[in-house]
Amino acid sequence: MEQVKKYLGIIWILLGIYVGYERITDSLIKIGSDKLEDRVFGWVVLCVLVPIVVGGLILFGKYALDGEYKSKE
Amino acid sequence: MSTHRAKAKQAVDNRTLFSVISASSVGTLIEWYDFYIFGSLAAILSTQFFPKDNPTAALLSTLATFAAGFIVRPFGALVFGRLGDLVGRKYTFLVTLVLMGGSTFAIGLIPGYASIGFWAPLLVLLLRLIQGLALGGEYGGAATYVAEYAPEGRRGYYTSFIQTTATLGLFVSLGVIMLTRESVGVDKFSEWGWRIPFLLSIILVGVSIVIRMRMAESPLFSKLKSEGNLSKNPLAESFGKRQNLKLVLLALFGATAGQGVIWYTGQFYALSFIQKACNVEFVQSNMIVAIALLAATPFFIVFGGWSDRIGRKPIMLAGMALGIFTYRPIYDKLYSLTDLSQKQEFVDAQTIDRKLTKQDNGSLLTTMTTTHFYEGGLIAKDIEKTITTNPSSQPSKPELTKAVTLPRASFWLMVLLVFVQVVYVTMVYGPVAAFLVELFPTRIRYTSMSLPYHIGNGIFGGLTPFIATALVATATKANEAVPGSVAKPYLEGLWYPILVAGVCFVIGLLYLNNKSERVNE
Repeated sequence: MEQVKKYLGIIWILLGIYVGYERITDSLIKIGSDKLEDRVFGWVVLCVLVPIVVGGLILFGKYALDGEYKSKE
Repeated sequence: MSTHRAKAKQAVDNRTLFSVISASSVGTLIEWYDFYIFGSLAAILSTQFFPKDNPTAALLSTLATFAAGFIVRPFGALVFGRLGDLVGRKYTFLVTLVLMGGSTFAIGLIPGYASIGFWAPLLVLLLRLIQGLALGGEYGGAATYVAEYAPEGRRGYYTSFIQTTATLGLFVSLGVIMLTRESVGVDKFSEWGWRIPFLLSIILVGVSIVIRMRMAESPLFSKLKSEGNLSKNPLAESFGKRQNLKLVLLALFGATAGQGVIWYTGQFYALSFIQKACNVEFVQSNMIVAIALLAATPFFIVFGGWSDRIGRKPIMLAGMALGIFTYRPIYDKLYSLTDLSQKQEFVDAQTIDRKLTKQDNGSLLTTMTTTHFYEGGLIAKDIEKTITTNPSSQPSKPELTKAVTLPRASFWLMVLLVFVQVVYVTMVYGPVAAFLVELFPTRIRYTSMSLPYHIGNGIFGGLTPFIATALVATATKANEAVPGSVAKPYLEGLWYPILVAGVCFVIGLLYLNNKSERVNE
């Protein structure tokens, strides 16, 4: 189980990158919208949600890969 | 004799604990009440402060919705969390209470856009930002304070009283608004009566401040302070050290993000879906949610207490798993209850009602209501409103709305379907305060637990209705372009909570320990 937890770190890093790509693309479309609400929503996703999800998942994945989440004996 | 003394001490301890829980819960409930009345009165506030024909006011309105409701909360968690770890829990959550109550009261006093122009929406936005900051600081303080008083092995039970406040705050806000509306009448309520729920806040906050002032500082914090072991820089210690940052990330991705989306789906998206996708009329839709909230509230305490025996992890993860697997069938059933295309209409019974109303500005409002009657007692009204400014001009573009009134059986089935979702909320939310408190040591607890909580709830959870609505809009567009390309576009919004809760479930299952007892550290 410890090995699974460790190597799943790669999945969390990849997930962070994928979500970042997908959300950035989508929010850029929203920022170009005619509707004010869509534009604000696009900026919120780009400036708030994306950094938290991408940065957080990549860092979490790195810590998992480093074995930081090993169960205590 | 010693048994008698032990019993007397126990009684005093229980009394103290009861006072601690009451003082913390009442204050937190009032903060939630303050926070929710703004959202519940959004439609009226927009006419008073944010006229749609003014682009600046419209921008400020959108910022007030997004910024204060969601984005500012984590900043409040950082500011007040740090303060709580430096000067103490008691004084910090007194400050948040004063800020929240003061800003809510002040919103009730601001003259409308018609009187002071641009200043009105600007002041409302500023006060809404203060509300968001205060809310970000309140919860962590209350949860930490209660947990640090609670006896070992009972923290889940005692902190679950704090957990009921978010739901009860919503319930009280809906109740006060409806009572005020009934007392002053709909027209006067739109004119000035909406200010009453805001102004009332000052009395509630005053009472809560008096109660909280009498409380002593948390015993664990006082002990740490007397030993000179307080953190000198809680922010750096919480987020600058890998040893603690890894726990903050685990709390976010293994618990609070999933908990946030389950919470917002069950309490807020459900109401929005019933009103917008099912078109259930205003009072009935609010009644459905209010009854479900009230009936499910005791389960916060049930699951909080249960988590003391079997652990926080299995209950929170079970709540997420139930949401993941049952949201689509639940929402499909909700939709089918008002899906008029599947119901037989009694066409001969249809009625048309036309009403002309002269408005204050001299224009004429024409309201045409077509009432359709369906099998089983369901009634649907198509309401078309047009405004004619003067007799020679063309009427405005018609504004169309639909209002469905459910028969008794469908009404109670809807209550049950929302109740089930709120029970999921109680499973993920009931034990989460104890879980977060136990994850971090006393010296940086307020800071460390507040941030993942408010990112999980404010950002992951708070954006649920917006992201879900955007997903539904995209699916509806795709369906219009290629008919049948998306089978049930109205269910597409659920992918956001399902995927977030899914990732959170896997991370929680693999990485979370079931028992973590760092409260006394």
